[in-house]
Amino acid sequence: MSKEVVIKAENISKLYRLGQVGTGTLSHDLKRWWAMTRGKEDPYLKIGAENDRTKTVQSDFAWALKDINFEIHKGDTLGIIGKNGAGKSTLLKLLSRVTSPTTGQIKVKGRIASLLEVGTGFHPELTGRENIFLNGAILGMTRKEILRKFDEIVDFAGVQMYIDTPVKRYSSGMYVRLAFGVAAHLEPEILIVDEVLAVGDAEFQKKCLGKMSDVASHGRTIIFVSHNMQAVQSLCKSAIYLKSGQIVDLGETDKVINNYLSREVKNCIAAEWSSEEEAPGNEYLSIMSARINPKLAEGVDVIDVATEIDITFEFILHKECNLNISLFLSTPSGLCIFNVSTLSVPLGKGRHSSTLTIPGRLLNDDIYTIRLFFVKDRGPVIFSIEDILTFEVVDEPRTGSWFGKWIGAVRPSLPFTLT
Amino acid sequence: MADTIKDNDIDKWDINITSGRGYLDFHFGELWHYRDLLIMFVKKDIITVYKQTILGPIWFVVQPLLTSMMFLIIFSRIANISTGAVPAVLFYLIGTTLWGYFSDTLNVTSKTFTENATVFGKVYFPRIILPLSKVVSGLVKFLIQFSLFLLVWLYYIFIDKKITPNWYILLSPIWLGVVVLLSFSFGTIITSLTTKYRDLIFLVGFGVQLAMYMTPVIIPLSEIHGKKKLFFLLNPLTSLFEAFKYGFFGQGVFDIKWLLYSVAFTLVTLVIGFIIFNKVEKRFIDTV
Repeated sequence: MSKEVVIKAENISKLYRLGQVGTGTLSHDLKRWWAMTRGKEDPYLKIGAENDRTKTVQSDFAWALKDINFEIHKGDTLGIIGKNGAGKSTLLKLLSRVTSPTTGQIKVKGRIASLLEVGTGFHPELTGRENIFLNGAILGMTRKEILRKFDEIVDFAGVQMYIDTPVKRYSSGMYVRLAFGVAAHLEPEILIVDEVLAVGDAEFQKKCLGKMSDVASHGRTIIFVSHNMQAVQSLCKSAIYLKSGQIVDLGETDKVINNYLSREVKNCIAAEWSSEEEAPGNEYLSIMSARINPKLAEGVDVIDVATEIDITFEFILHKECNLNISLFLSTPSGLCIFNVSTLSVPLGKGRHSSTLTIPGRLLNDDIYTIRLFFVKDRGPVIFSIEDILTFEVVDEPRTGSWFGKWIGAVRPSLPFTLT
Repeated sequence: MADTIKDNDIDKWDINITSGRGYLDFHFGELWHYRDLLIMFVKKDIITVYKQTILGPIWFVVQPLLTSMMFLIIFSRIANISTGAVPAVLFYLIGTTLWGYFSDTLNVTSKTFTENATVFGKVYFPRIILPLSKVVSGLVKFLIQFSLFLLVWLYYIFIDKKITPNWYILLSPIWLGVVVLLSFSFGTIITSLTTKYRDLIFLVGFGVQLAMYMTPVIIPLSEIHGKKKLFFLLNPLTSLFEAFKYGFFGQGVFDIKWLLYSVAFTLVTLVIGFIIFNKVEKRFIDTV
C-alpha cells in the first residue's frame, strides 16, 4: 500500500553566484532580463560548475543543488546526510521557503515547521508572554492556537514565575527552553530538524529527540539533517545521501549510510614505496611500507570503535644496531592519545617488519594520525616521520535515545559493575 | 492504486515552491492567515519604544513639538517666511506630523530586507507583512501626534478664533490614506532594490531630507510662484498636504486635477512596489 505523498521535489537546482554579489551585476542583470523577455534560457545558468570545494573555482557560479528529485510520504522519517557543503542546508532553506530554487519545483502538503528557527524573532525587551505570542505568530500560528497552547508552553519551559519579565533578564537556559517550547508546540504536519540541536546540552537534546519521536508517532513527517550517522540510523526509516549538490543514494537508511561511510571516510590506510630511493628514510634506514589492517567482519568496510586494528610497517635497515621503535597516535588537533614503544632489539642489516595491535573498544570515534620514531641504543632518535598513516574510526550503531558524542580521548570498555 | 493517483492530484498541494518567475503571483489568502502576525509586529513596535521610559507614549508628541518650535524660530521669526493666513505654529505642526509619518514610514520600510535578513533567513512568512506592520505602527504614532495637533487646532478655532475649517475636512482621511500608500509603495520599491544595490540606501536618506523642502511643510503652496510651483505640484505629496490644510484651516490649495494626479501616481507606484517586492522576496536571502 502506498501512502500519500506529502513532499515532492522535481528537478530542483540551486545556483549560487560566487565571489562578490552586489553592484557591478547590473550588466549581468540586464543581459539576463533581456534573454528572458525574449523567452530564452538564462545565459548564466549554463556556466555553473559542480560544487566541489576541493577544486579551485573555474566559474563565477556554482550549483549548490543540482537536479534533485525525491518524494516523501506521509509519516516518513527521512534523514539527509552528507559532508559539509554537500547542499544539506540549501535543501533545508528551499524546503522551509527561505529561498527559492533556480529551477524545478517542490510541492508540499500541509504545514512545514523547522526546529532550526528556535527563538527567531525573540525581542529582548518583550516579556516572556509577549514573546510567546510574537514568536508563535512568526512561526505561523494564529492567536487562537497560541492561546490554546499557552499554558503548555509555559509549563514545558518552566518559566511560570517570570512570564511577565522581559526575556533579556532570563538565564540563557530559560531563554532556550522558552524558545524551544514555542517551536515544539507548533504541531506541524512536516517537521524539519537540523543537527544544530546536537549542540545543546544532553537534557535539551533528549527533549528535542523526544519531541521528534512524539511527532513521528502521530503519523506526521520528519526530515532530519545530521552528520551523526547513529542518530540518523535509529530515527529515520529512509535517507538521502547528498554529495556536491547531487543525490548519490536514496533509500533504506542502513544501505544509504553504508554507502556514505564507504565513500566519505577518507583513510590513508596504506602506503608503499617501490624503491629505496623514493622511500622516506636516511643513511640509517628506509621505510618501505606502512599499512593498517582492520579486522573487519564480512561486508563491512569501515573501522568502527569495536574494530581491532593491526598497524604494520616494513623498513630496510642500512646499518646494524640496537633499535627500538616508538609510535605516537594523535588526533588532527594535536592531542596525543598514546605513545607506545617496542623493546630495544639488536637487528642486522636488511628488511624488518613491526606490528602494533590496537584492540577494539579502545579508541573513540575520531580521526587518528601516526607518527614514528626510530631510536638507536636507547638514546638518539635516528629517524622520525610524521603522519605516515591516517585513519578514521566511526561510531558503532547505538541503541537508546542518546546520540551525543562520547566524551574522552579514548573510549575503553572497562569492567564497571552495578549491583 | 487509483486512489493514490487521485491523492496526488496537483490541485491538492498546499504549497508549491518554484523558481517563481511570475510577475503577478500574489498570495493574498496567505496574508489573511498571517493577520495575527501583523498585529503582533505592530504591538512589538509600539511596546518596545516606551519600555523602560517614564513618559511612555508621550515621547511620540515631543518630536513634532520640538520640530515645530525649531521651524517657528528659524523660518518664521528669523527667515521671515510667511505661512499665509494660518498661524505658524499650527501650520508647522500639521506639516511636521504628516511629513514625519511619511518620512519615518519610508525610512523604515525601505530597510525591510536588509534589517530583517536574520529573521527572513530562518523562517518563512509573507515578507510583505513586515512593511505593512511598519505602516500600521506608524499610524498609531501618527494618531497620537495628531491629537496634539487637534488640541492646538481647537484652541485656534474657539479661543483665538483665527481659522475656520470647512466641510472638506471630511475628506482628509482619504488624503491620509493616499500618503500612507505612497510611503508604503516607495518603501517597498526601495527595499527591493537595495538588496542588490546597497548604495541606494544612502541616496534615500539624503533624498527624503531634500524632498521635505519640495513639500509644503514649511512654505505653503500659495507662497510659491512661477515655474517653481509646477515642480512642487509634480511632487504627489504637495496637493495632498494642501488638501489637508484646506479642510482644517479653510486655507490652502484644493485642486481636484492635481489630487487625481497624486492618487494615480500612488496607485501606479503601489502596483510596481508589489510586483518588485514579490519578485525579490523569493530569493533576496541569497544576495543580502
